[in-house]
Amino acid sequence: MNVAVAKTGKGRAVSDLFTSAEGRLPGSPTVIAARREAFETYERLGLPHRRIEEWKYTDLRALVGEVLPLAAAPDAPALKRAADAVKAYAIAGARKLVLVDGVFAADLSDVKALAAEAGFKTLRETLEKDAGLLKTASTDAVIALNAAMATDGVVLSIADGAQLSAPIQIIHIATAASASSFTRSQVAVGKGARATIVESFVAAGAKTYQISDAVLVTVGDDADVAHIRLMDDAPDAVNVTSHFVTVGANVKFNFFNMTTGAAVSRLQGFITLAGDGSELSANGVNLLQKTEHGDTTLVVDHAVPNCVSREVFRAVIDDRGHSVFQGRIIVRPDAQKTDGKMMIRALLLSDEAEADNKPELEIFADDVSCGHGATAGALDDSLLFYLKARGLPEKQAQALLIQAFVGEAIEQIADDNLREHVIGIAERWLERRS
Amino acid sequence: MALLEVKDLQVRVEEREILHGLTLTVNEGQVHAIMGPNGSGKSTLSHVIAGKPGYEVTGGQILFRGEDLLEMSPDMRAAKGVFLAFQYPVEIPGVATMTFLRTALNAQRKARGESEYSTPDFLRKVREVSKSLNIPQDMLKRGVNVGFSGGEKKRNEVLQMALFEPSLCILDEMDSGLDIDALRIAADGVNALRSPKRAMVVITHYQRLLNYIVPDVVHVMSKGRVVKSGGKELALELEASGYAQFEDAA
Ligand SMILES: Nc1ncnc2c1ncn2[C@@H]1O[C@H](COP(=O)(O)OP(=O)(O)O)[C@@H](O)[C@H]1O
Ligand SMILES: [Mg+2]
Repeated sequence: MNVAVAKTGKGRAVSDLFTSAEGRLPGSPTVIAARREAFETYERLGLPHRRIEEWKYTDLRALVGEVLPLAAAPDAPALKRAADAVKAYAIAGARKLVLVDGVFAADLSDVKALAAEAGFKTLRETLEKDAGLLKTASTDAVIALNAAMATDGVVLSIADGAQLSAPIQIIHIATAASASSFTRSQVAVGKGARATIVESFVAAGAKTYQISDAVLVTVGDDADVAHIRLMDDAPDAVNVTSHFVTVGANVKFNFFNMTTGAAVSRLQGFITLAGDGSELSANGVNLLQKTEHGDTTLVVDHAVPNCVSREVFRAVIDDRGHSVFQGRIIVRPDAQKTDGKMMIRALLLSDEAEADNKPELEIFADDVSCGHGATAGALDDSLLFYLKARGLPEKQAQALLIQAFVGEAIEQIADDNLREHVIGIAERWLERRS
Repeated sequence: MALLEVKDLQVRVEEREILHGLTLTVNEGQVHAIMGPNGSGKSTLSHVIAGKPGYEVTGGQILFRGEDLLEMSPDMRAAKGVFLAFQYPVEIPGVATMTFLRTALNAQRKARGESEYSTPDFLRKVREVSKSLNIPQDMLKRGVNVGFSGGEKKRNEVLQMALFEPSLCILDEMDSGLDIDALRIAADGVNALRSPKRAMVVITHYQRLLNYIVPDVVHVMSKGRVVKSGGKELALELEASGYAQFEDAA
């Protein structure tokens, strides 16, 4: 029997991606074996496509075609460009951890200041010991590929009771064109701790590139955590990110995602409420123009009783943009008194803009209060006219109404400084509108 | 030169002609009242002057200081000094009144090539004007008109008028839905803005408002035309005899 060699759309053998990168992938021999196994899983499955239910609206085979070769480690000029990008995107007062083309850049990071408040290692360091961080329960091809190829990431541990005095900002910077980078990070928050983690994705010079990121988050009982992801990659980039979050009891977990960049992007979050009495607030905004495709897929799993989840999502879609929001709320048989609500609204700024909103409830308990709503529509003409009659030109009138629309999600960010930072990114998106 | 000249204006909405050749001339410093029964086309006229979409002008013209107003976008008209106080001001959730006021004022100034207001100057001005109109500061932090009473919405319109300093103010049914106290506050606000450089067109169904804002000229509108014009006594005459006498004339 002939074994066909899997080929990409461009005729390259899929296995080249791994074999050509293998020398650069960190880890002990057992880690390398785990990587090879993960890559075989990816090779068998290939990129997700529309016949896989979870990827129905985001057919990576059609949208992306093939995975670009692994980016080289950044050289001095690349790090110089990255340093400039850090200046532009850093949040005032935050402790920065910078990854350039998938490699941790210590010189651009605030490792010393952070060390006083949190445990920190790179993924590269942990992989010298074991492959634990490469393992997840998922069978998703993009996650397998990420495990096989991850070059670096940040591994944070926040001790029980620690109250971080400043946000930690993980900044992913792309400098390498026509290349892909793979990162994987872990954030472990101890009991009763309080922390704010921000992740920013930006480009420094690179235009066409691919990002694959995975973040594993665990939150101990009674902790209070804000996790904010701001994906502002270059307009021709691809960003596929997976989050795995496990939340303990009596936790306040506030998640926010904003998509303002990338030609094709997907954030898939799997959040498990595994302890009683926790409150999850998961919100997001997709701002899309040109032919951008932005997918936010969130699975909120109520595994135990007495938890509250609130989801507010807003999408603003211009030109021929395509926004996808898939929100699934699972309520397990034991999860009585679950209170889960999800509200999705899409604003279509052009006739060719597209929104696929798919809310799903899977409820296996009987004493619960769950609901969802989804709407899609254009800007209200009577509001636009009122603003224009007061002297606002069309684009400015639209911008004010769009800001109000996304404000309903952005206002869920409690910290004033962070909220202003996020509003600033949204404003820059509005200025980019032609 | 007249400030506003509406000449033989014909307007259609959804294939139906609403204004059938309306003519009106307003000079600087004058206050004109337009009275007429419901459905006579008063709001239509005000919307066409302000540039609201959905109206098809099939004949006639509107000149503002001699310039063709119909050629201008609504925001350009505002920058030139045209202000319409709406019969039904809309609510804009999520846009703080203060942000709205500042954005609008600076957009108008920018369009006229003037410098933007500095924050302290702007705040001082808003505080001054809102105080005279009895508008509490915390109302300005709320979304535009969100949760405002009818009277508050109308006062918010007068506040904008005072802030933007337009040369033509059109007040569409400013009295609708207001009790006598609210009406007096709003009318006092409007009267404070009367000036030899500014004209007003006060649209109303009832004579009552004209006790507070006394006009120089009164026009009676019926079925899409001005059917009679006269001095302020005409309003009293109408109050006594009603609109019926004009229905046939139209
Ligand atoms: N958007 C519209 N579509 C259809 N008919 C309209 C519309 N707006 C106004 N009209 C009609 O035009 C006429 C004049 O209305 P309007 O200008 O509101 O009168 P007024 O303000 O004097 O009460 C009425 O017969 C009304 O039904
Ligand atoms: Mg009317």
